[in-house]
Amino acid sequence: MRDPEGPLPAPTGVTAEGALPGRPYDVAIVGAGVVGCAIARRLARHPRLNVALIEARDDVGQGTSKANTAILHTGFDAVPGTLEARLVREGHARLTAYAAESGILVEPVGALLVAWDEEQLAALPRLAAKAAANSYDAARALGRAELYAREPHLGPGALGALHIPGESVICPWTTILAYATQAVRAGVDLHLNTEVRQAAWDDGHRLHTSRGVLRARHLVNAAGLGADTLDRRLGRDDFTVTPRRGQLLVFDKFARPLVRHILLPVPTALGKGVLVAPTVYGNVLLGPTAEDLDDKRATGTTAEGIALLRERGRRILPALIEEEVTAVYAGLRAATGQEDYRIAAHPERSYVTVGGIRSTGLTASLAIAEHVTALLAGTGLDLGPGSDLEPVRMPNLGEAFPRPHQRPELIAADPAYGTLVCHCERVSLGEIRDALAGPVPPRGPDGLRRRTRAGAGRCQGFYCGAELRELLERRGRGERA
Amino acid sequence: MTAVRQVDVLVVGAGPAGLAAAARLAAAGAGRVEVLEREARPGGAPRHCAHGGFGTWTRPLTGPRYARLLTAAAERAGAVIRTRTTVLDWGLGAVSGANVLLTVGPGGPEALAARAVVLATGARERPRAARLVPGTRPAGVYTTGELQRAVHLFGQHIGTRAVVVGAQDVSYAAARTVRTAGAEVVALVTEHPRARTGPARARSARLVRGIPLLTDTTVTELLGHGRLSGVRVRHRDGRTTVLPCDTVVFTGDFVPDHELARRGALDLDPGTRGPAVHPALHTTRPGVFAAGNLLHAVEPAGTAAREGAGAAGAVLDHLAGAPWPRPGIPVTVEPPLCRITPNLLDPDRLDPDRLGPGCPGAPSHLLRTDTPLSRPVLYVRQDGRLLHRARLGPGTAQPYRTLRLDTSWHGRVDPAGGEVRVSAG
Repeated sequence: MRDPEGPLPAPTGVTAEGALPGRPYDVAIVGAGVVGCAIARRLARHPRLNVALIEARDDVGQGTSKANTAILHTGFDAVPGTLEARLVREGHARLTAYAAESGILVEPVGALLVAWDEEQLAALPRLAAKAAANSYDAARALGRAELYAREPHLGPGALGALHIPGESVICPWTTILAYATQAVRAGVDLHLNTEVRQAAWDDGHRLHTSRGVLRARHLVNAAGLGADTLDRRLGRDDFTVTPRRGQLLVFDKFARPLVRHILLPVPTALGKGVLVAPTVYGNVLLGPTAEDLDDKRATGTTAEGIALLRERGRRILPALIEEEVTAVYAGLRAATGQEDYRIAAHPERSYVTVGGIRSTGLTASLAIAEHVTALLAGTGLDLGPGSDLEPVRMPNLGEAFPRPHQRPELIAADPAYGTLVCHCERVSLGEIRDALAGPVPPRGPDGLRRRTRAGAGRCQGFYCGAELRELLERRGRGERA
Repeated sequence: MTAVRQVDVLVVGAGPAGLAAAARLAAAGAGRVEVLEREARPGGAPRHCAHGGFGTWTRPLTGPRYARLLTAAAERAGAVIRTRTTVLDWGLGAVSGANVLLTVGPGGPEALAARAVVLATGARERPRAARLVPGTRPAGVYTTGELQRAVHLFGQHIGTRAVVVGAQDVSYAAARTVRTAGAEVVALVTEHPRARTGPARARSARLVRGIPLLTDTTVTELLGHGRLSGVRVRHRDGRTTVLPCDTVVFTGDFVPDHELARRGALDLDPGTRGPAVHPALHTTRPGVFAAGNLLHAVEPAGTAAREGAGAAGAVLDHLAGAPWPRPGIPVTVEPPLCRITPNLLDPDRLDPDRLGPGCPGAPSHLLRTDTPLSRPVLYVRQDGRLLHRARLGPGTAQPYRTLRLDTSWHGRVDPAGGEVRVSAG
């Protein structure tokens, strides 16, 4: 027990309450989504830098990042010549390599852009040409017969497809967590529950937050949906973020054999449309809707949205709709009225804005981090010497490789890996214990679910909910799981 | 690959049906009988049903007491109960006509071959997501099962004001658990015009305990960020309102836990969503039987236990070499009847004499109706031909009560005919 009168220990690692450190940071990153965490991880390679990653919510990846479609994009359909096109292309290569070394599950299932009418069929060659303009040459046209041979459960009436073999599905939770873990291990301070309310400039940044003032010489605005608001507090008025809601349905694992590729619609002026995709966890995803709203907290689903998705899904994969739904959720993308990222350096105020990062942000995250680091150096930040980070090894949450309960040698060494707590998702006590003891631990059932899949299955906690809460509370009391 | 260990009977699930089957089989000398239970303790759902209503009229018991009695009976008879053991899947390739189950537990993985398998995996409530209830995803959303475990097994705090969705027996049990946990029940909400429970129980909750019952009302949206702040409800006439609450319990809407049945490619019945079974509880996979609420979500624990005990007879016959029934003739229901079990007939075993004492699972079919039926008559037809007519006693058949149809008409079924349809008039 710490002497209450004694000095506070040097605050390092992850904090979620109490006052923020008084010393100024070299860099503060606002927003611990996939982009903010990637930037923090990149800056952590420079040990001389003092970096803070601050987040309004109680966990990393709690905003736009947590409700994406979990696709590792090739960028074949980006607008050629844009920053987004380049960063997605580079990010795809970087994240593919990073996932392989970190144990983040990627399944290269490939995508099919399915044409349902003559007009869409006629658009496929244009899309192939666009892919080529984005340096993606592997796109191939498939006739009707070959399409149905590849996807036997596809609804009737499809005319053909463009096959994009490089598209993959990825585990977004472990990606974000891997970045955050490496950053924290390398000395970045992660301050959760820290909402920025005001910002002032006085030869350095003073951020007035819900946990007191935080000072930093340089700032990265990776605030996602709040990036425009923060920019205005910093004196810039370059763009406005319009929350675009995407509602999604996750179907039970029994649906997984129904689909082999990511099934994409042919894009229209209204957006990319509704897709059907396998997940690395063995489910099937249907969505998203695209609704422009003005409430940045409107993360609810609606009866109309669910009905629309079911109608679209029934056409694409009729048998899918007969399966049970295990999750219904909505995410908000940061639309800015421009078909590109809004990444800009403001050297006069020593900061960089990373705005308008849309659904491709997961794919592009490592390339964005590289780009932003170069921009920061351009605002006068002396990065100092660089070094490689300690590699991180993430738990496998996917179904394509053995999970802990499928590894006899692991169970022999520790029976907790053979003791299942969440039966639907087959999550063992050992995995839950590891997550609770991790460098960026979960603070509630949602965080635990994203780290282990516990509670994400078809029973939604009927069997395991109370036990999971018990394990979380025990840890909260300082006991071992 | 792990070595395969051979046993005589594997029972999957240590709830009332599984424990009763194991007790009967072990007592009858079926050889090595193992019960596999994925949870830490045997007993199934009654363990967390702290209320009474179990046991018999002459010997009423609470759920936990009933669970302990069933467990003790199975162990005393010589059955081995292995808890914390999850059956993952079926093994490939049968070993000498046996079924192989792949399991994992703290001791590691195991492959178990059995001459007979009894699936007794029970049922659970469909959660909010499966019911497609829109809104945000706040904390404070339960099923009755999760609520009862939280309160009765873990002593956890729930919220302070709870809305219970549903007005059937389990909903009233959920309301009681909410009150036990020191919280207030804001209302019971049902889409139906009246509660689906006995009138005395509904009246007592409403008048004695002061719990409002909102009928013809659906929950259309969950509200709140972080913690639930309320539920939006809509009455059939279009009026909507928000009930402020920090907890909501989705009750009833039971579904069989049929994962293992489905993985094993057993035929499922579209009405029950559980495995299709013959009168003596044979499934369509040779060597595999099913009993309890896996077959009919959901019947009282006593019914499940009786079925488990009944299935034991057929398991013993199977171990003695009796032939497996042919896939056979489906038995289906017409609305407003919603399900029937057993729901298969073997064309070779329609002789009613064979369905006597040797097949204790056979005494009657269990049915449910979706809407109340006044003085109902059940009609059994095959290819339009009337096989049987049964008047079901005086009074009204209610959606929350089981209807029983005897099997006296089995002998009149044409072995070469089509499906048998049961309707109500």
